[in-house]
Amino acid sequence: MLKVHQLCTEYTDARGRVVKAAQDVSFEVPSGKLFTLLGPSGCGKTTTLRSIAGLERPRSGEITVDDSVVYSSSTNVFIAPNRRDFGMVFQSYAIWPHMNVYQNAAFPLEVRHRNHSRQEIREKVMRVLETVGLAALADREATGLSGGQQQRLALARALVMEPKLLLLDEPLSNLDAKLRERMRFELKRLQQELGLTTVYVTHDQSEALALSHQIAVMNEGRIMQIGAPRDIYERPANRFVADFVGTTNFIEATVASGLNGAGHYRMQTALGELVARSVAPLSNGEHALLSVRPEDIQLSQIRPDGVNVCEGIVHAKVFLGEYLDFQVSVGERILLARAHPSITTGVGERTYVHVPPEKCIALNDSQRT
Amino acid sequence: MQARSDFKWATIAPSVALTAYLAIVPLGFLLWQSFFTPRTAAKIAEFTLDNYRVAYTSAETARLFVNSVQYAAGSAVFAFCVGALLAWMNERTNTPFKTLFFALALIPLIIPGILFTVSWIFLASPKIGVINLALQRLFGTDFVFVDIYSIWGMIWVDGLHYSPMAFLLMTAAFRSMDPALEESAMMSGAGVLQTAWRITLKLAYPAIAATLLILFVRSIESFEVPALLGLPVGIHVFTSSIYQAIHQYPSQIGLACAYAMTLLLITTGGIYFQSRVSQRGSKYSTITGKGFRPRPIDLGRWRYFTAAVFVLYLLLIVVLPFLVLVWSSLQKFYAPPSLAALQNVTLDPYRFVFGHAPLAASVWNTLLLATGSATVIMLVTSVICWITVKTKLPGRWLLDTLASVPLMLPGIVLGLAILIFYLNFKIGVYGTLWILFIAYLTRFLPYGMRYNTTSMLQIHKELEESAQMSGASWLTTFRRILLPLLKPGLIAGWIYIVIVSTRELSTSILLYSPGTEVVSIVIWELWENGQYVELSALGVLFIMALFILVMVAQLAGRSFGVKEAH
Repeated sequence: MLKVHQLCTEYTDARGRVVKAAQDVSFEVPSGKLFTLLGPSGCGKTTTLRSIAGLERPRSGEITVDDSVVYSSSTNVFIAPNRRDFGMVFQSYAIWPHMNVYQNAAFPLEVRHRNHSRQEIREKVMRVLETVGLAALADREATGLSGGQQQRLALARALVMEPKLLLLDEPLSNLDAKLRERMRFELKRLQQELGLTTVYVTHDQSEALALSHQIAVMNEGRIMQIGAPRDIYERPANRFVADFVGTTNFIEATVASGLNGAGHYRMQTALGELVARSVAPLSNGEHALLSVRPEDIQLSQIRPDGVNVCEGIVHAKVFLGEYLDFQVSVGERILLARAHPSITTGVGERTYVHVPPEKCIALNDSQRT
Repeated sequence: MQARSDFKWATIAPSVALTAYLAIVPLGFLLWQSFFTPRTAAKIAEFTLDNYRVAYTSAETARLFVNSVQYAAGSAVFAFCVGALLAWMNERTNTPFKTLFFALALIPLIIPGILFTVSWIFLASPKIGVINLALQRLFGTDFVFVDIYSIWGMIWVDGLHYSPMAFLLMTAAFRSMDPALEESAMMSGAGVLQTAWRITLKLAYPAIAATLLILFVRSIESFEVPALLGLPVGIHVFTSSIYQAIHQYPSQIGLACAYAMTLLLITTGGIYFQSRVSQRGSKYSTITGKGFRPRPIDLGRWRYFTAAVFVLYLLLIVVLPFLVLVWSSLQKFYAPPSLAALQNVTLDPYRFVFGHAPLAASVWNTLLLATGSATVIMLVTSVICWITVKTKLPGRWLLDTLASVPLMLPGIVLGLAILIFYLNFKIGVYGTLWILFIAYLTRFLPYGMRYNTTSMLQIHKELEESAQMSGASWLTTFRRILLPLLKPGLIAGWIYIVIVSTRELSTSILLYSPGTEVVSIVIWELWENGQYVELSALGVLFIMALFILVMVAQLAGRSFGVKEAH
């Protein structure tokens, strides 16, 4: 549905330097799916979104929606943002303070060229306000709304024009934690009910994992990995993705030998010999970086059977309610493990650390930092 | 403990007393005086309504009112249109050399009003104006193309001179607008014109109204332009009439007071509405989110046209006025620029300026007054601001209001109020530099408040509290914690007050006496004596000195992290 091909956008900052905000960004979003651009601030995710919107003019590349080109550097096409028929929710919501709730939501229908009758506008606006739960507040001053209500209004304004594409720029980041969680479910419900093709920008990984059909993790203007939330989390392609999405333990390793079956390799590490999985084929003696998620480390007081077991001492532990965070020192290394609160091993006591081989991911270590 | 809190009150009490004294006494006395006949050796003052009766029943006053409003409204609208257009070009379009223009456009604010007016007399007077002479030669006629001695000439000069102020205010308005508000209109399908009309303009409405009111008040208070351009052809406004009422013989203080009260009512009303509009507008200027840089409108080939507008503007407001002053300063007697006159180029006027004894004294007076009042104001207002911002003292709003009272007083009205007060209470102030010092303290008090309030608001209460927990007394906390943290604001405010008090004319004009002239008064006297070339030489030197001062201020600003002085 949406197709972004080799998009490059740059801009000149306040000091006159050219910032390459998006470089060689390509992805596709199928109809009705929610696609997330995830990354730290300054990674180019907002610039990419604004390029799709037409608020930023890219340097090169091509953007098509439903086979109609909205931007192409090769054929010199640039459709103005107001002719693209995309709905957008801004991080600041951008609610116009001089209009009331109804007027804000009705604006897109009033300025659109296909003329709606007053009656039609009224029906459409009230329907969309109903959808976001603001119908009762239609005559309220827009500035009197709470943060969550402003957010809904911004959404209503983007939805009222029945857009081809919905663009969301960190829509939840200005809400407090509880509200954010509620709005997250509501957004997902709306998106699925209306079947809207959506591009979502966020720096919050849990938001991305919870909402998306697909995620593109971005860093320094480039896409690092594209995949389903589970793929991104369980099979990060490189160090940056593993580090940015969730927490992880990194372990330096050297490939000792390959094992037959599903890309498993025997590795030499500071923790002793470990069996790890790699998507890319590795050769003996090659350097690799292993990523092990804290919740994939199993702790026990009795030595378990099988491979990938080593002995450690509990260095510190923190009770966090639903789980316990353990720092376990194994030789020189300290590993972070997330365990069920029922595990009662005390600080200074011995514990056995077990990592299932399929949870021990060998990363492409070409971008060592 | 007792001794410590004594120091606290020993600092606070005099500061409050001084502020109250400066703000209330002359104003109250002015009001009082406007109801009395002048006290003379022969008879004592008596209560009377005659001053108002005379002032309000004469057709002259009606004309005065019409003239003043026409002049002030005209130059406010003119300055606004110029300033708003430039601000929009600078903030929202891709006109080349924008940043350079921003710096250059502020220069006119440095040029004192009297010099700007004089240079425009050289440029556009009907007899000797360069523009008229050039056009007359071009078309071979003796038709007068432009006449600066008219209400339109006055509006032109005053509006042009204060257009940078409109430019600054509208730039701030454009900057405080969240660009996402306009972008979301674009995303909703609105075109450039629809967005400009339905969003940008509606959002800027409070800022526009406030800017117009500020410009109107400032213009109705202005003295230089009406005095130099209006008086010679009998176009009177309130400020110039107050000056005339005092300077005729016998001086009519009562009449001047009645005019002053009327003028005061107008300015108070203007400032009241302006603060109302700004308050209502504060909900409009919501900068939230990450403040993405707005995408400038691509003007295509039109950007050369807008660049040309910038150049033309700089010509009219900086280059031409300054060049004509330089030209005049190099002549023996004033002659319009021509090849013949080029033969007579001389440095005599500069020799005169350096040898002019009253001038040396006036430079000294100016320096003394400027630095003295700036220092006292910044220190006193830092204490006042501490009370209004940091304490929960009942009645602190009153203190804040008091310190802002002088904002409503036009310079000439303040001069009048102080003049008659110290004429009546002979405590040895009248006729000395002290009366000017008191006048400057009063006039520029609000500026000190503004700078100190801004920086005081940024100092977190806990910084003070932790000093107290460390065992510091109030005075020590103030001296060791607050003053150093206020330093950037203190320095910026100090420099700003030095600059504006150096250019001050409309208050000083009623208060100086032989021996206590300041530089702007010397310029005024040279004008009155018809010593145009000497005036020009002094003006050129004065502008350059002010320019250097502002440059130093900018440099100091950068190294102290001071916010810009406006």
